[in-house]
Amino acid sequence: MRTSRNVWGYYLMLTPPILLVLIYEIFPLFGLIIAFQDFVPGKGMFGSTFVGLDNFIYMFQLKESSQIFYNTIFIAVSKIVLNLIVPLIFALMLNEVLQNTLKRWIQTIVYLPHFMSWVILAGVLTNLLASDGIFNNIITALGFESIFFLGSNTWFPIVIIGSDVWKEFGFNAVIFLAALTAINPSLYEAAKIDGASKFHQLRYVTLPGIAPTIVLLACLGVGKIMNAGFEQIFNLYNPAVYASGDIIDTYVYRIGLTQHQYGLATAVGTLKSVVGFILVVLSWKLADKWANYRIF
Amino acid sequence: MFSKQQTFGEKVTYVLLLIALILITLACLAPIWHMVAISLSDNSAVSAGQVTFIPVGFTLTPYEFILQDQRFFQAFGVSVQRVLLGGAINFIMTILAAYPLSKETSEFPARNKIMWIFIFTMMFNGGLIPWYMTIKMTGVMDSIWALVLPGAVPVFNVVLLMNFFRAIPKEVGEAAKIDGAGIFTTMWKVYIPMSMASIATVTLFSIVHHWNAFFDGMILINTPSGQPLQTYIRSLVVLPALADMSSGSLEDLMKLSEKTFNAAKIVVTMIPILLVYPFLQRYFVTGITLGSVKE
Repeated sequence: MRTSRNVWGYYLMLTPPILLVLIYEIFPLFGLIIAFQDFVPGKGMFGSTFVGLDNFIYMFQLKESSQIFYNTIFIAVSKIVLNLIVPLIFALMLNEVLQNTLKRWIQTIVYLPHFMSWVILAGVLTNLLASDGIFNNIITALGFESIFFLGSNTWFPIVIIGSDVWKEFGFNAVIFLAALTAINPSLYEAAKIDGASKFHQLRYVTLPGIAPTIVLLACLGVGKIMNAGFEQIFNLYNPAVYASGDIIDTYVYRIGLTQHQYGLATAVGTLKSVVGFILVVLSWKLADKWANYRIF
Repeated sequence: MFSKQQTFGEKVTYVLLLIALILITLACLAPIWHMVAISLSDNSAVSAGQVTFIPVGFTLTPYEFILQDQRFFQAFGVSVQRVLLGGAINFIMTILAAYPLSKETSEFPARNKIMWIFIFTMMFNGGLIPWYMTIKMTGVMDSIWALVLPGAVPVFNVVLLMNFFRAIPKEVGEAAKIDGAGIFTTMWKVYIPMSMASIATVTLFSIVHHWNAFFDGMILINTPSGQPLQTYIRSLVVLPALADMSSGSLEDLMKLSEKTFNAAKIVVTMIPILLVYPFLQRYFVTGITLGSVKE
């Protein structure tokens, strides 16, 4: 009975990873009960009073709630759109480079920021954007008034979105570059013989060739609408820009772990998880339908 | 560089394109290079705003200070320990999960059910508070285990590796079986050597993740000596700078004097990533495209 022995071998292999997933991923799901409780740490999850939807009702009555949801979606959607367009343009530009050594050098350097932590980059950014940093030195040298980048509600979201695009565009271009190399070169030959200009080649060969990749990334983007980037904002924001920079994740951290309003924080987190889950399922369904893509 | 058929206009366009690309590339490097220049400059030159990309009043003093900074070395040590331990655990767990899940249901009937449990955890989670309470309940708080056990099974990496294993022809496994190899031997001697590129990719991803993580170190570790490097850097460099901003005061003399010192700490923290980067880069393009763009 070779097969049955194999099956037990597979179970044996899977035991450690399954145990760890059960403890650290599945077990916390029971903690969602806290969202429906007036949670008191001393009484625990089973001793605290059940209050039904009170936490959710309270959440919708808070005046900052709508602002936080708006910030989250605004920042996330801006990032999703720009992180699709900028890498695409960059990949199209890089694809035109004929010298392979130069091409490789450019690629090597633009990937680099992706691998730096937001702590390190926050250190770099606070330096660059400080009142005496390079950006303000240039601005004042040109005769304008210096800008309080990380302390102004007008500028903060722009800094967040811009620095994220800066960090990720090289890395996000990888998939486009792979798709571009997959286009059959004879299509370009044929287009040239037919007298197509560079622009016409782009319009009729390149873009149709990578359209499936664009559609795929756009579909998968839907799943990220609730994720505006906790690590980045957490490392760059301060009370002065809560109005424009506070997102669901940072808010949950503040009211949950620093102000100990566990019930409310879990309710906000639960709402985010549920909406996020629906969006991820939707995005995978869209990716399957429009781009014929399945994660496994 | 140019072919004869190209018109003058096309050549000009091409040169402009190259210039634009080189400028974009430099924009990726410049902020990081700026930090290096600050760390190598004299304090007063930095305060006067004279340093952009070339060190002014070259000095290694900030780096000499780091050599004497015990806190920095403690944090560095915790991060190294975390990368080694966490990387090893991720490596083992990814392989142990990916290999059985790469089998057909005819060979491993429970495959789809277990797969769904894994995928579900990728799509839905309990959020911050329940996560925190679970870790507290398992009693690992304030130890290195709090940093390596909660993320022990990186599901995304499991999916990448599983897809890679599935691309290996079934006949390879069957041949090993006929030769009398058990499933562990088949996995170890046949599948793993054939998947080194993919395994290297996911391992490097997990190493970078462990090196860069700061949040868990911040809320799960209470003793300062147990905090990883990024958490320490945050408490030292990022927090004071932001606190300064919100209070509205523009310059704080004491902080300024620490500018070069902090820049040096940031540069040293970047070095390990810069060291693994050349290896990483070789693999991740294949890794990503394999995992995401499929036929």
